[in-house]
Amino acid sequence: MSRPSEPQFHSWLPFLTLLRKEVLRFRRVAIQTLLAPIVTASLYLFVFGATLGNRLSVLEGFSYAQFVIPGLVMMGVINNSFANTSSSLFMSRYLGGIVDLLVTPVTPPQFILAYTLAAMLRGLLVGSVVLVISMLFAGLPWVFPLLAVLMAVIASFLFAQLGLIAAIYAHNFDTLSVYTNFMILPLIYLGGVFYPISILPEPWATLSYFNPLFYLIDGFRHALLGVGDTGFAVAFGVSCAMAGVVFVWAAWLIGKGYRLRS
Amino acid sequence: MNALDISDLYKSFGATPAVKGISFAIREGEIFGLLGPNGAGKSTTINMIAGVVRIGGGTVSAFGFDNQTDYRQTRRLLGVVHQELVVDNFFTIDQALKIHAGYYGVKDDPAWRQLLIDRLGLRPHLGKVMLKLSGGMKRRFMIAKALIHRPRLLILDEPTAGVDVELRHGLWEFVREINRQGTTILLTTHYLEEAEQMCDRIAIMHHGDLIALEPTHELVRKLSNRRLKLWLEEPLREIPAALQPYTPELQDDGGVLLLNLPAGQSAGALLRLVAESRLPIRDFETDQSGLEDVFMQLTGIRGDKHVAAE
Repeated sequence: MSRPSEPQFHSWLPFLTLLRKEVLRFRRVAIQTLLAPIVTASLYLFVFGATLGNRLSVLEGFSYAQFVIPGLVMMGVINNSFANTSSSLFMSRYLGGIVDLLVTPVTPPQFILAYTLAAMLRGLLVGSVVLVISMLFAGLPWVFPLLAVLMAVIASFLFAQLGLIAAIYAHNFDTLSVYTNFMILPLIYLGGVFYPISILPEPWATLSYFNPLFYLIDGFRHALLGVGDTGFAVAFGVSCAMAGVVFVWAAWLIGKGYRLRS
Repeated sequence: MNALDISDLYKSFGATPAVKGISFAIREGEIFGLLGPNGAGKSTTINMIAGVVRIGGGTVSAFGFDNQTDYRQTRRLLGVVHQELVVDNFFTIDQALKIHAGYYGVKDDPAWRQLLIDRLGLRPHLGKVMLKLSGGMKRRFMIAKALIHRPRLLILDEPTAGVDVELRHGLWEFVREINRQGTTILLTTHYLEEAEQMCDRIAIMHHGDLIALEPTHELVRKLSNRRLKLWLEEPLREIPAALQPYTPELQDDGGVLLLNLPAGQSAGALLRLVAESRLPIRDFETDQSGLEDVFMQLTGIRGDKHVAAE
């Protein structure tokens, strides 16, 4: 056996490989990562679009199905972007596979970018399929389509970062489940997916403005329907600011190797 | 150029120092053994070299590149086989090898990958995920993974722990082969006999300090005890006073006399004393204790010749 000459180094190949590996990872378990959330969202659509929806009216000029669809799409985007980074990175930490990555020339920016893009892809894929299925139940006016896409991209980016942060801070599967079930899920449900916060009594209506997820959901709905609980500029501005903060937070943790390198 | 230069390397976990400012260099092309009892700081040292553990103080450079400032360079040049088995259930071992090459910024080289697969006996298992492999196969796969980007320095942290004798011999033979092809080797092992046979030089760590660093044969020669065994024509009733400094011991009812030559002392003086004592010698034999005894002498802990301690 002879050792061939030293191979050429391609500086972006580590990033592309990690991105490809992350996409392959969720594709390998597509029933769990893609099909299950799509089925769940479709059931919501059926319940609220085809059955209960006919008896509910929360926003003047729109059916309940039209109202709830943007919220359900955003819920799919948020949940799946978060789940992808949090489960992948936490499993790597838990099973020790992270050392395989830490000894390679993958830089912290490449690390964040690869995990983030894969998570965004999964979140946006689920959101898109839910949106397509929703067409069976109701049509949407698509008032500002590009802004709707932009809001979905911001939401997926933001929750990909939160997933990385959760995976780094989590001590075990229980902690990770606390982040998902006791923080993300209540904020989504109370953030205006199923109702406009304007119909809430005080103090709940005012308190809802402190729910960061409200701005993502409301901004997305505003872009699709042309109306919302708050102005689009406010929803967009708050969402961008939140995305910036969590990105800096995640970048600081990964750059430092916090809980990744001892 | 040295393959590795370590200077004043220090690490503590909380208030407990794990590595206390050690310095050593590994020459390109050599097989270097880093030995020590459990908790000596070997794995912490290796993990600082590999970049898994943050350096507390001092510097590490590989082939002239600093592993803090030029970490992309040093990591490309290093291949690491970790002590802990890393289990992945998503990818087959063939896919995992391709992915690992990509992490190092190296395009998949099918010829090199196939060569590693064949040399390490992985071909029948290519379609399996790592979780389905036996312990020995996992070790072989980890070695293939560490070599897939053709590193110039291969770091093996207890590569044969828990591996059966046949596979151990096979792995060491493979390590010798890649070393002959120009890859520098840094290894830790609890199998001291194997370290003695494999390594050009050996460093011994204890409680985070480097307590010995010598060419293997020098270390054994300088620090191990030699013993002279004399078979006598007639049983010896009384040991000559001149031989008392050599901790004599009579066996077989005085028919055999054992004399111990302290480490570092020439045998000439002892042989002269034996001749002057006019002992009726029928036959003689000398033996030398090995690295096992050197290790025990330096650390006060017995290494394991046969069974991995970790």
